[in-house]
Amino acid sequence: MARKATATKAKTQANVPQFTNEQELEAFREMLLIRRFEEKAGQMYGMGLIGGFCHLYIGQEAVVTGITMASEKGKDAQITGYRDHGHMLVMGLDPKGVMAELTGRQGGLSKGKGGSMHMFSNEHRFYGGNGIVGAQASLGTGLAFASKYTGDGSVSITYFGDGAANQGQVYESFNMAKLWNLPVVYIIENNKYAMGTSIERAAATTDFSMRGASFNIPGEQVDGMDVRMVFDAAKRAIEHARSGKGPYILEMLTYRYRGHSMSDPAKYRTKDEVTKYRQERDPIEQVRARLLEAGTVTEEDLKKIETDIRAIVTEAADFATNDPEPDPSELWTDITIEA
Amino acid sequence: MPQILMPALSPTMEEGKLAKWLVKVGDVVKSGDVLAEIETDKATMEVESVDEGTVSEILVAEGTEGVKVNTPIALVLAEGEQAGEAPPAAPAAAEEPAPSMVQAETPAPAPAAAAPVAAAPKFEPQADPDLPADVEMVEMTVRQALNEAMAEELRRDKDVFIMGEEVAEYQGAYKVTQGLLQEFGPERVIDTPITEHGFAGLAVGAAFAGLKPVVEFMTWNFAMQAIDQIINSAAKQLYMSGGQVKAPMVFRGPNGVAARVAAQHSQDYSAWYSHVPGLTVIAPYSAADAKGLLKAAIRSPNPVVFLENEILYGSTGLVPKVDDFVLPIGKARIARKGADVTIVSFSMGMRYATQATEKLVAAGVDVELIDLRTLRPLDSDTVIESVKKTGRLVTVEEGWPQGGIGAELSARVMEQAFDYLDAPVLRVTGKDVPMPYAANLEKLALPNVDEVIAAVNAVTYRS
Repeated sequence: MARKATATKAKTQANVPQFTNEQELEAFREMLLIRRFEEKAGQMYGMGLIGGFCHLYIGQEAVVTGITMASEKGKDAQITGYRDHGHMLVMGLDPKGVMAELTGRQGGLSKGKGGSMHMFSNEHRFYGGNGIVGAQASLGTGLAFASKYTGDGSVSITYFGDGAANQGQVYESFNMAKLWNLPVVYIIENNKYAMGTSIERAAATTDFSMRGASFNIPGEQVDGMDVRMVFDAAKRAIEHARSGKGPYILEMLTYRYRGHSMSDPAKYRTKDEVTKYRQERDPIEQVRARLLEAGTVTEEDLKKIETDIRAIVTEAADFATNDPEPDPSELWTDITIEA
Repeated sequence: MPQILMPALSPTMEEGKLAKWLVKVGDVVKSGDVLAEIETDKATMEVESVDEGTVSEILVAEGTEGVKVNTPIALVLAEGEQAGEAPPAAPAAAEEPAPSMVQAETPAPAPAAAAPVAAAPKFEPQADPDLPADVEMVEMTVRQALNEAMAEELRRDKDVFIMGEEVAEYQGAYKVTQGLLQEFGPERVIDTPITEHGFAGLAVGAAFAGLKPVVEFMTWNFAMQAIDQIINSAAKQLYMSGGQVKAPMVFRGPNGVAARVAAQHSQDYSAWYSHVPGLTVIAPYSAADAKGLLKAAIRSPNPVVFLENEILYGSTGLVPKVDDFVLPIGKARIARKGADVTIVSFSMGMRYATQATEKLVAAGVDVELIDLRTLRPLDSDTVIESVKKTGRLVTVEEGWPQGGIGAELSARVMEQAFDYLDAPVLRVTGKDVPMPYAANLEKLALPNVDEVIAAVNAVTYRS
């Protein structure tokens, strides 16, 4: 049976899992890297350096950070939709390669041929970066199938949004994942809006953690703005999947500050709503406040981290601006492999 | 006097074996009683009586093979009926004679064709790979050839697995996967729920992770549910990832027009998939090609769409008996060399084309017949070279005309061999309509031998 998570009830501090100082700092660094990277990407989009679609992860940083901290890096596979920059940064892909892909340059992760929505790394076991809403649910289930087939002990961490959760193939995948007890954790990033349509206007039931109930897949609703809650739930879910008990669903209650994509003015929600999240629930500010309160770091220490991260992002932006476009001959490569 | 007729187990069954009689002359039968068991290479079925009476005569002996559908197999006398009325002697004639070629529909001797034996075109599969001239050839059905190809590849590479609806315990909806579960077990021969979009996507994900899935669609019609995963995920992955992530896999199953199953179950996806860069598309006709190309497809590092044909599953052909018979992808086969006109086809279209070729050759037209076998990459060179020699091209396919394989060939020939053409390229295709159910309309909707002959006559200016 799907069960209500301890995490959802965890409004009281007593139930909140505690991070060590090192974990807090790691989370702070990773989330700040995503935030600053995405802000820079937004700026570069405005300058015309990035084309097409560009979906920013600002506001949702705690989700991918907490989950990745709970996973085995290099072993567990991750796959997501088009809002994928944060996933790659946390998984350790080179920010220069990510940004250069956004600008469509030869040094991009996909040699400039994939763009914002299509980046991958076999080495880091990141399988995209998928532009078709919901397609990654089936693909991620296939990554889990391969894990079970080969017995390599990995778990597939498969992200999709509240919008994709209404796609049919998600339920086809749930069915097979439970039928065959595949090691997959489905992360439903519920940021309340599928593009411009609120969950209330799109979903007959808005508790997405229950979407696996009829397949007997356990689910939890998690405060996706608190990286500790995310980490705690992810540990539990990944362990469940790795131990052979089959799939697990985590609904991450999160929020994106920016529009769906760069071209979205976000007129479908109030400024107050956004402001409230930013001021009261911001995932990075939560960690900053805890670190300072604990007294283990000083404002100066955090500023130093900020400075380091700005340097990384600036370096990535410079690289992505100056790197040449792919050679015209690249048009005709990588279509098929010559046997 | 009611006759018991040889029944068809499926719309495409043309003949079968009368395996066993469960009644004898003199037995009283009533409706629902099992009279006999019949078998095809695909299935076994019991024949039930719909009449009441006494079995007065057994017309086809137990164990007889190749009994045509609708042949009277027994007589039942209703109460009060007298024996002695002569049953109609001749069974209903088969609709069309089996082609008198190696690729014969029945193992029975071919009817005496009008064509002189010496003029009949011959397929010589030995010409494809560099096989020794004395290689032994084994006769088998296309179904067996496909089955052997999969079994051999499953034996060879543990990363290969097959999944789809009814592929395992049911032994394949069309029995193409027969016996694979028994040899390779349920971890590698996997029955899926009816969930094409989902399992196609799952298989693509497994391929990303390094496995080599063979996905069977019960028919390609159902793959429409999965076409997003085939094209957007599998075909484009290598390119989108700048060459990093591969999808080495095969999507296979029966494609094209079946028999009497109407619009949603009868269409040819050859042109659809051949449109897509990143895919390899194979559509074999002969048993040898089915085997050698499916093995090649499974070994390919690219996603392959492998288009089989339900009606061809039971047709037989000669397959080289060698340890590892793998054919090159992307090479057409010249099925008959000739100088007057080039006919190009593939898959089921080859049946019309070969039958037309026989008649044309008999009438003195020196036809060059080309079986494309692979539709992407398309072997333009072989076609262009042929047209440069003959100056005339007729294409044959079951698919719709607009944007079809024939349309593509026509464009390429115009671009690359315009000055060599002595007549406009003509296409023989399925008609531009959804497939109708009624037998007469279905027949009209399909291409046929006469249309191929008429097209050849037109481009060779014979009346």
